[in-house]
Amino acid sequence: MIRYTVIRLIQGVITVWFIATATFFAMHAVPGDPLMNDKAISEEIRRNLEAQYGLDKPLPVQYVIYIGNMLKGDFGISFAQENRSVNDIIREHFPVSAILGILAITFAGLGGILFGALTARYRNKMPDIVIMFLVILGISVPSFVFAALGQFALVNLNAFFGTSILPVAGWGTLSHMIAPSLVLGLGTMAFLTRLMRSSMLEIVSSDYVRTARSKGLPTTRIFLRHELRNAILPVVTVLGPSIAAITTGGFVVELVFAIPGLGRYFVQAVQQLDYTVIMGTTVFYGAFLVFMVIVVDLLYGLIDPRVRLE
Amino acid sequence: MSTTSSDSAGASGRAVAGAVGIAGAPTDQGSGKGIAWLGEGSQLFILSVLGIGAFVLLMMLLSFVSEMFGGGGAGEAVDPGTGTITLALSTEPPQLDSTRATDMVSGQILGHVMEGLVRYDEFNRIVPGVAERWEIDESEAVFHLRDDSRWSDGTPVTAHDFVFAWRTAVEPETASEYAFILYPIKNARAVNEGDLPVTALGATAVDDHTLAVQLERPIGYFDKLVAFPTYYPIKQDFYEGRDGRYGADPEDLLYNGPFAIERWVHGAQLRMTRNDEYWARDRIHLNAIDYAYITSDVNATLNLFKDGKVAIASLDAETLHDALEQRWKLERFNDGSVFFIEFNHRPERLTHNRNLRKAIQLVVDPAELVYKVIKLPGNTPGESLFPVWLKGVNGYFRQEYPAPEHRVDIARAHDYLTRARQELGLDPLPPLIFLSGDNPAANKQSEYFQEVFASRLGLEVKIDRQIFKQRLAKMTAGEFDMVLAGWGPDYADPLTFGDLFASWNKNNRGAYVNPELDAWVEVAQSSLVPEERMQAFDEIQKIIYDDAVILPNYERGSVFVRNPRLKGVVRRAVGTDPDYTGAYIADG
Amino acid sequence: MNTALSFAPVVAERDVEVISRPSLSYWRDAWIRLKANRRALVSLYIVIALGVFTVFGPLFVPSASIQDLDQISSPPGADRSAFIVPPYVPWSGVTVNVRDAQGPLEAPGSMTLVGEATTQAVRMFWDPVPGAHGYRVYRNIAHPAPDDALGMPLADVLNPSRVSFEDRLDIKPGEYFYSVVPLDMNGVEAPVYTTLDVRAIRVITADEAVKRGLAESVADLAVGDEVKLKLHVLGTDYLGRDMLSRLMHGARVSLFIGIVAPFLFILVGILYGSAAGFVGGRVDQVLMRFADFVVALPFLLFMILFRILFKIEGGDSGIAPMLIAMVILSWPAAARLVRGQILQIREEGYISASRLLGAKTPYLVLRHMIPNTMGVILVTITFAVPSAIFTEAFLSFIGMGVAPPTPSWGSMCNEGLKTMLTHPHELIFPALFISITVLAFNLLGDGLRDALDARMRSQE
Repeated sequence: MIRYTVIRLIQGVITVWFIATATFFAMHAVPGDPLMNDKAISEEIRRNLEAQYGLDKPLPVQYVIYIGNMLKGDFGISFAQENRSVNDIIREHFPVSAILGILAITFAGLGGILFGALTARYRNKMPDIVIMFLVILGISVPSFVFAALGQFALVNLNAFFGTSILPVAGWGTLSHMIAPSLVLGLGTMAFLTRLMRSSMLEIVSSDYVRTARSKGLPTTRIFLRHELRNAILPVVTVLGPSIAAITTGGFVVELVFAIPGLGRYFVQAVQQLDYTVIMGTTVFYGAFLVFMVIVVDLLYGLIDPRVRLE
Repeated sequence: MSTTSSDSAGASGRAVAGAVGIAGAPTDQGSGKGIAWLGEGSQLFILSVLGIGAFVLLMMLLSFVSEMFGGGGAGEAVDPGTGTITLALSTEPPQLDSTRATDMVSGQILGHVMEGLVRYDEFNRIVPGVAERWEIDESEAVFHLRDDSRWSDGTPVTAHDFVFAWRTAVEPETASEYAFILYPIKNARAVNEGDLPVTALGATAVDDHTLAVQLERPIGYFDKLVAFPTYYPIKQDFYEGRDGRYGADPEDLLYNGPFAIERWVHGAQLRMTRNDEYWARDRIHLNAIDYAYITSDVNATLNLFKDGKVAIASLDAETLHDALEQRWKLERFNDGSVFFIEFNHRPERLTHNRNLRKAIQLVVDPAELVYKVIKLPGNTPGESLFPVWLKGVNGYFRQEYPAPEHRVDIARAHDYLTRARQELGLDPLPPLIFLSGDNPAANKQSEYFQEVFASRLGLEVKIDRQIFKQRLAKMTAGEFDMVLAGWGPDYADPLTFGDLFASWNKNNRGAYVNPELDAWVEVAQSSLVPEERMQAFDEIQKIIYDDAVILPNYERGSVFVRNPRLKGVVRRAVGTDPDYTGAYIADG
Repeated sequence: MNTALSFAPVVAERDVEVISRPSLSYWRDAWIRLKANRRALVSLYIVIALGVFTVFGPLFVPSASIQDLDQISSPPGADRSAFIVPPYVPWSGVTVNVRDAQGPLEAPGSMTLVGEATTQAVRMFWDPVPGAHGYRVYRNIAHPAPDDALGMPLADVLNPSRVSFEDRLDIKPGEYFYSVVPLDMNGVEAPVYTTLDVRAIRVITADEAVKRGLAESVADLAVGDEVKLKLHVLGTDYLGRDMLSRLMHGARVSLFIGIVAPFLFILVGILYGSAAGFVGGRVDQVLMRFADFVVALPFLLFMILFRILFKIEGGDSGIAPMLIAMVILSWPAAARLVRGQILQIREEGYISASRLLGAKTPYLVLRHMIPNTMGVILVTITFAVPSAIFTEAFLSFIGMGVAPPTPSWGSMCNEGLKTMLTHPHELIFPALFISITVLAFNLLGDGLRDALDARMRSQE
C-alpha cells in the first residue's frame, strides 16, 4: 500500500513535468505575447520589458530557467498583475475556489447518490420521471443560465421578504456560499444522479444482492453493504477529476457571484497570454488533478477489495 | 485493504456467468418487494438527513476558513451613520504604481488616493491641486506648490517628489507604457529611448515648492496633461524602500490624495478611507468608499443594486426595460471614446484601394447601428474621429467645425465599387477579412456589418473573431482588411485623437500614411494659437472622411442608476471617472 | 401376450429439438425489445424528426443571416401591421431666440409633437425656458407622475436656442412619455419638467417594404397604406433574424458536433479504457498517466494551436479541427470511467468462467466486458451531448469554431441569456431544442441499454 502510493506519487511528478513542458511550448507557439497591449509600445520599451521578464533569451534557455524556478517552488511574477507573484495568486485564491469546490462537490455527491438511488428504486415510476426531467433540464441548460437565474431569484427573494435573507453576491460568510455552491454543483449532481441510477440498476439485479436478499439479510444492510457500496464505484471514479474540474472551472459562477476564486485567473490568463500565470495555474491544476486521481484510486481499493492496486 | 469485510467479495464469487438465465427471483419483484424496499426508502431518508446535516456542518466549518480570504462583511449601498458608500469594481487594478498604470480602473483608484499638480473639478475645469498656481510659456512651465500638501505619513509633498516620479516613468528600465505622455518635457523622449541619462530630464526642483519644467516644444495643453496619473508624485525614499513592490498592496503605497487604501483583498475588496493628511480634507464628505465586490458581470452588479448593496450600477440595452419598470431615474454618460471601423491601408491589402473604401463608407449608416443594434442611450452615432465633447476655440470643437455630412448612398457606392474592381482587376472581389474581438458587443456589430456589406454592396466579408492577444497580434502584423477598433482620450485636447493616424504613431494599426495629414498633425502639436490648431484638426477631420481612413461608428456612452441618496458623483470623459471625492450622502 | 402391443416402438420424433419459434439473433431480439419500449420508441421518432428538421428544414426557410431590422427581438405572434411612410429625411429642428433671465428655471410651457410619432422617428419641440443653458430629454414607458420617474435620458441639448429633439432610438410601437428638463449654466438639472405623451405607430418605407418582399414594387404602395411585416413564426433575434431558420441552420452545426464528437471521444475512451483496465499492470499505469496528462492541458491554448496546425485562416469555419481537438482533449474522462468498470468486471465470476471455457481476450472484452459497461457509457454520452454543444458555442464565441453568421443552438443560447428577462423566446427556443435532443437521446439510450442488456431482459 505504501509502496504503491510512493510509486504513484513519483509517476505523478513525472506527469506534472510533462504537463508543464507541453504547456510551456504550446504557450510560446501561440501568436501574440503578454507584452502586447491596447496601446502600442515603442521598440525600446518592448526590449526593456522583454529583458525584465527574460523573454529575450532563446526558448530552450527560458524553459530550463523556468523549470529550475518551478522546482524551487517559484512560479514567477504575473504579466497582467505586475507586482503579484503567481505563488501569491494561487495562495490567495485557491482556498476560495477549494471551499466553493468542496461544498459544490459535497452537495453534488450527496444529491447525486441520494437521487440516483431513489430513481433506481422507483424505476419508471413518478419519482424517477420527475428527477429524470430535472436532470435533463440540469444538463441541457448551461451553468451560466442557472447562475443568472439563481441570482435573480435571490434578489426577488430578498425583495419579497424586505430584508436580506441571502446575499446576492460577494464572499466571506456562510450565507455567501449557499447559492454559488448549489449552482456550481448542479451539473455534476445531475451527472452523478444518472450515473448512480445506472450502476444501481445493475447492482440490484446482480446475483450477490439476490443472494443476500434470499439469505434474509436486513434491507438496510443490503442497501449499505452491497448495493450502495458497489454502485458508488463509478461515482467515485468521476469524483476525483470532478473535484479538480469544479474547483478550477467555476469561472462563470465566480464572475456572477463576485467570488475571488482562482477560476477567473485560469480563463483570463489564456486570453491575456499571461505566460507565468498560465504555467502556474496549469501546473498547479495538473498536480491537484493527479493528486485527486491518486486519492480516488486509493479509495477505490478501500471500497472494492476486488480491485487490486498493484 | 484489510478493513473491508469479506461479505461483498464472497457474494461476487457466487455471481456466475449464467446470471442471464435465472429467471425466478427478480421477475416477481412486484408488490412484495416494494414493501421491503419502502424500508430502504426511509433508510434513504435518514441517510439524506444525516448527509444534509454533515453538509451544513461542513459549510459552517468552511465559512470560518473563508473569512480569511473573503471580502468580509459588506454594508449597505449608502450608510449615513458611518459615511460609507459601497460599490462594485469591474476588475481589480493590476497594481497602483502611477508610473506604470495603464488601465482605467487603476486611473480611477489612483485619482482618489493621489493628487497631481492640478485636478479636474466637478464641472471638469482644471483647478489647483498640489500646485497653487503655475505659469506656462513657450519653453517653460513653473509650478508653485502649496506648502500644506502632505503625504499620508505626514511629510510634505515637494517638487522633488514630482521630479522623482517623472524620472522613474521615463527611465528605460521602468518600461512604462505611458512614458510617451511625458514627451513634451524636454529630453523625455531621449531619456526614455536610452540616449540621455535620466538626470537630463527637463524637470527640476528649484526649491521644495517650486517645480520648473523645460518644454521640448511649445505646447498649448500642458496644464491639462499634468492632471494625468503618470504625472502624479512619488516619494523617493518610500519608493526605494519597497523593493520593487511599490503599489502592490495598501502598505506599499504612500498617499497624497483625498483617500487612502485601508484594505485590499485581491479579487474581492478594495476599501478606501478618508485621508486626514489631505490638504483640502474639508472638500471630502465621505468617510469611506468600499469597493466590496469585484465583478465584470453587469447583471450581477445590477442585482446588487436592486438588493441595496451597491450605490451605482451600469445598465445595458437588455436591462433598460426592467430599470424603467422599477421607475428608477437613469443617468447617461458619455465616456469620451470613439469607436470605428479601421481599414488596413497596407499596400498589399485590397482596402488600400480608396474606391473600395469609399464604396464601403457609403453603405454604412452609424445612426442605424446606434439606434437599432446598440440601442443604448448615451451612445451617439459616430460622425468624426473627434468626439462631440472636445473643446474648440471658444465652444465645442464640433459645433465650430462640424463633421463632414454623411449620407448612405447605395447607387454611388456601387459606382465606387465598380471602379475599385477595375483598378484591382478582380471580379468578383475575394472576401474581405473583418477582424473582431471576442465580446458580445463586437460580435453583434460585426454580424450586423457583415449583412450590411452583403445586402447593400454584394460584398462578401468574413468575420475573424480573435481573443484579445491574438487580435492584437493580427492587428500589429496587419492581417486584416477591416477591424473594429476604438480610441479613448488621454487628455482633454483634440490632439489625443488628432495624431492617431500620423504615419509615425504606433497605434495607427492600419498603417495609414499621408504626408498631408502628418503636416497638419505637426501644426496642431506645435502651434500655440487655438484658431490655427483647431483649423488643423478640422483639416484632419476632413482628410479622414474624404480618404475614408476610418468609418466612425459611435461615441460610446453608458446608462447607469445611482442610489438617490448618493449625491455629488462626477462622471467625466478625461480624468478620474467616476469621481467620488466630492460625493456625499443626502438625508433620506 | 400383447406385450408387443403394450410396448409399441416409439416413432422417432426428429423434430423434438426444433425451436418452435423463429430463432432470434442478439440484435433482432434487441430491436424487438426496443420496439416494445414505448418511451424509447417515441424518442426514436423524435431523433428521426430532428434529423428531418436538420437536413430538410433549411431548404424551406430563408437564409439565417437576413436581418429584419424593423422587427428586432420580436416574440412569436407579435403584431405585424405597419404603415407606409416616406423615407427618412433629417430634421433641422426648431431654434428660437433666447431670452436671458435670472431666478430659478421654470418648466417649459408646453411640448408639441411634430408630425406623427412613428417607429422611424418622434419629433418634438417645446417652449423655450428663459435663462436655460440647455435641456435634457427623457423618455419613459409610463407616466413620470407621481414620483418623478422620468425614465431614461436620451440626450442633452446643449445649445440654449435649440428647443427641439428628434428621437430615433429603438422606438417600438406603443406609448411613450417624453419629458424635458431645463439645465442651468453648469449643466445641472432644474427640479421641473414638462411631459409629452405620444403613441408611436409602426411604419416602414416603401423601399424597405419592397426589399423585404412585402409588395411587388414601390408603385403599389402609397404613403399611409397598411402592410403586414414579414411573418416570423418563432419570432426574431437581436438582429431581426428569423428564429426558425436560425434554429434549423443551427441544428446542422449543433447536432453534428453534439452527436459526432461525443460518439467519437467515447469510442476512443472505451477502447483506451478497456485496454488499460483489461491489460492492467504497467501498461495500465502508463496509459492512465497519459490520460491524466491530457486532462490537465489547458483546453483553450491547445484549441488555438490546433487551429494553427490545421492552417485555418481567420474568418473560416473550422468544424473538422474543432471536432478533432474536442475528441483529442475530451476522451480521458470516458476512458477513466470505462477502465474503472472494467477493473471491477474483470474480477466477476462470469469472466473467470468464460476464461475457463477458453474464451479469447477480444471475445472477453467485446462480449462480456464492454456490454456490461454500457450503462455508464450511455450516461456519459447523454451528458457529453449538451456539453459538446456548449463547447462549440464557447469556441465559436471566441472565434475558434464556426464562423458567423452561421448559427448554432449553443451560441443562440449564449446570446439569448442576455435578453432572458425581456425577450425570453431568444433563450427558450434554442434551450428547448437542446433539451429535446438530450431527452430523446437519453430515453433512447435507456431503451437501448435495456434492450441490449441481457440481465434486464429477465425483469420484464
